[in-house]
Amino acid sequence: MTDKKKQKVVIRLFKEKIIEKFFQANGIFSIIVLLGIFSLLLIEGWPAIKELGIAEFLFNPKWNPTSFVKESYGILSMVVSTLMVTIGAMIIAVPLGIGCAAYLSDVASRKTREIVKPIIEILAGIPSVVIGFLGIIIVGPFLAKLLHTSNGLNAINGSLLLAIMSLPTIISISEDAITSVPKVYKEVSYALGANKWQTLLKVTIPAAMSGVIASVMLGMGRAIGETMTVLMACGNAPAFPESIKSSVRPITSTIAIEMGETVQGGLHYSSLFVVAFVLFFMTFLVNLVSDIVLNKYQKVKR
Amino acid sequence: MKYNLAKIKQFLGFYLLRFCALIIIAILAFILWDIISKGMQVINWEFLTQKPRNGMTEGGIWPAIVGTFWVSVVSVVFSVPIGMFTAIYLNEYARQGRLIRIIRMAIRNLSGVPSIVYGLFGFALFTLMFNFGLSVISSGLTLGLLTLPWTITASEEALKTVPLAYREASQALGATKWQTIKTNVLPYAVPGMLTGSVLGLARAAGETAPILFTGVAFFWPILPGFPKLLTQQFMALPYHLYILATQHHEILKVRPLAYGTALVLITLIILMNSAAVWIRYRFRKKYK
Repeated sequence: MTDKKKQKVVIRLFKEKIIEKFFQANGIFSIIVLLGIFSLLLIEGWPAIKELGIAEFLFNPKWNPTSFVKESYGILSMVVSTLMVTIGAMIIAVPLGIGCAAYLSDVASRKTREIVKPIIEILAGIPSVVIGFLGIIIVGPFLAKLLHTSNGLNAINGSLLLAIMSLPTIISISEDAITSVPKVYKEVSYALGANKWQTLLKVTIPAAMSGVIASVMLGMGRAIGETMTVLMACGNAPAFPESIKSSVRPITSTIAIEMGETVQGGLHYSSLFVVAFVLFFMTFLVNLVSDIVLNKYQKVKR
Repeated sequence: MKYNLAKIKQFLGFYLLRFCALIIIAILAFILWDIISKGMQVINWEFLTQKPRNGMTEGGIWPAIVGTFWVSVVSVVFSVPIGMFTAIYLNEYARQGRLIRIIRMAIRNLSGVPSIVYGLFGFALFTLMFNFGLSVISSGLTLGLLTLPWTITASEEALKTVPLAYREASQALGATKWQTIKTNVLPYAVPGMLTGSVLGLARAAGETAPILFTGVAFFWPILPGFPKLLTQQFMALPYHLYILATQHHEILKVRPLAYGTALVLITLIILMNSAAVWIRYRFRKKYK
């Protein structure tokens, strides 16, 4: 090889290396964003933790940062509100979602499946603000009549709407899990004389269990983090929730309502970042669990 | 006898599952029917092209449509290139290893971060720290971060549909990695990547929480030209709907307008989603 040719090859390889590094840098960007969110929440929340102490956030029963007498910063009431609304949503969405997923994968004909799946995708695309709007106008008055309360803006309303919002996630991931159960499992069951229903209940769904659990966790993560629906439909009373009929103010609503009124750098501003950090941490945990479960399931499948 | 019992159970069981699916379809049908039937009553040329008047009790939603358009465009311009490049790295260059695992974990976690947290992050970073203020840019970038995991996943799906043989053929002829990607992978994957960006656009258009503190305005009928507009506050369809539904002083009077806004918003989103599905469908048919 002549020197000139050699030089050309070296340049070529150098160029390749740079191009690879460029794509790699874009990949690393995602890590930077995640770390950035994590650290910015901590940095902005730190003044409040330093001044008030973690105990104030965790154990004070009241959240009232704008009180003239004595400000209190207890996040307990909103954490309970968030959990209450989320658990309510899961009670509705989990059986419905898994039922629908099982229907799509094992009962429905191919043609039905091709019609129903896009319908569920449309449902997934409806913005949360539209769902919240219908929660105020349709679910609210309906619940008010049913429960004999002055208005229907309460935890039940939020749960119903969040159930609708988390259904598409639960259905699509459960369906994937149920569909990917090896055919042999079912055939063995049929060979033993079980019918389709028995096979579905005793073989297919248990075999897909980890995927189904992961889908529920992801749906739950979505419900915990959902802002506009709960902000519009839950009534927003900042007190500790007494029952599922009471008006509640979950974590996300609190941030949405109060951030606009704070002074930048003030204690209230900073404390809202602490609240956001708690929310971030909750969804992080839920996603982590779903990740672990899903990993296990992929290993079993191999 | 036992055989029959099993058969009855199966019959009932399947009906139960079918019923689950029916409920979900009924919910969607009800949502669409309610919004379309009530929204249609206020939709006319004036509603789509005029500014709101008389404390938003009359007039149209033009500034909100324009605002939603521009924040979505900014978000896509920001997130799609990064999403595509990340997908190329993950699917073409990366070998299994620690860095890849961490990148994938970060992407999965980002897709689970609540939208309101993105809102706070965007507010602290773009609005305050970078001093972009309350503007289309701040909001668009925040939405871009939110849609990034989706664009990455969609782009990767697109790359995965390109057969391995295309790459091997090119490399067998002595082409380098980048030459292979440029000539034998990207041309086939771009339509699929486009699908991802359209889906990202639809998602960005419907989000409210991330723009709450980063630039959306209650009432902002001023519409300057293109570059100037990016540094100003704006109105957006989802936020306009939120205001009309909860914050307006004459809430019953503006309810039809709220329905109209909701109809325009979901029509836009369903159109974009259908376009994405259509592109994907065409694309799959072509390379199968």
